[in-house]
Amino acid sequence: MAKPSKILLVIPCYNEAANILPLHTEITKLNFDNCEIQALFVNDASADDTLARIKELGLTHLENAVNLGIGGTVQLGFLYALENGFDFVVQMDGDGQHPPSQLHKILWPLIAGEADVVIGSRFMSSEGFRSTVLRRAGITLISHLNKALSGVRVYDSTSGFRGYNRVAITQLAEYYPDEYPEPEAVLYLAHKKMKMLEVPVLMNERVAGISSIRSFGSIYYMGKVLLNILFLHFRMKHD
Amino acid sequence: MTEALSSRIQIVAIVAVAFFFFIISRLIIQGKLRTEYSFIWIVMGLVMLFFTVYRNALDLLAGYFGVYYAPSLIFIFFFFGVFFFLIHLSVVSSKHQEQIKKLTQENALLKERLNKEGKSSPQ
Repeated sequence: MAKPSKILLVIPCYNEAANILPLHTEITKLNFDNCEIQALFVNDASADDTLARIKELGLTHLENAVNLGIGGTVQLGFLYALENGFDFVVQMDGDGQHPPSQLHKILWPLIAGEADVVIGSRFMSSEGFRSTVLRRAGITLISHLNKALSGVRVYDSTSGFRGYNRVAITQLAEYYPDEYPEPEAVLYLAHKKMKMLEVPVLMNERVAGISSIRSFGSIYYMGKVLLNILFLHFRMKHD
Repeated sequence: MTEALSSRIQIVAIVAVAFFFFIISRLIIQGKLRTEYSFIWIVMGLVMLFFTVYRNALDLLAGYFGVYYAPSLIFIFFFFGVFFFLIHLSVVSSKHQEQIKKLTQENALLKERLNKEGKSSPQ
């Protein structure tokens, strides 16, 4: 039998105290053949009891001394994975949006070597939580821009439910965008010639807590993401 | 009468510049202002001192540039000076943000490694 694949689940947590236990319970139920699964909770200097919950349960975790935002927090997971010799990383939100029951859909293509990056997409099936009309329109715009710049079309480019192999992890440990990183990371990985695959997954609406993108911030969000994508594109073309 | 009045404002201006220099040197001595930033403020102080001592320098300069209302020359110079300095500060701030991110990540990894070693080796 082949050497078991070492898989790291990177779970960024910011004020997710209520979600830690349910998520942990679901993760412990996971059992895949020939896979060692390790969950890593990354506490981004939460103001609530997130860290206390994590410590009570004795979970493997990292603590940011100051709040870094989602980008720096997820990137920390990539650095940890490299340092500790993991073969694959799957990032999933700490808010219950990404059910561990869907993990296999992301993991199998990675282990089979079909892609360097696998993105869990809400839009490839009509079931589950698919977000609001306006937000979907924004996501479509971003995905068209990414396609125009890189030739790679990812439909759900804001999805934070993603898996990476070691080649992709190495790239992301070197550079990962700071704020609202997902769409920009798609362009970055496309320019780095990573093979990307989008697979349909079912997502939940948030279980508890508040989303990091609220309605009044969505115009700022779109502006910032579009600008970041353009800047990154020209920076990478320049290098 | 006007002579006396305008020399009074000159005294006020010189005192103000002296106070400005006092604040800057205090900040440098206390280590609150790095030398590279203090430089620009010292130069600015010297410029202010020059114009307070040679009061007609501004008018001469305005005449040279063909500026009708001399004080507007001050505004334009200060506006551009402050503008570029603010851009410079945004660059510095962005660099710091990147450095803080790297340090925080490094710190988190080290802390986890220490915890792991602490657990595995019996005390």
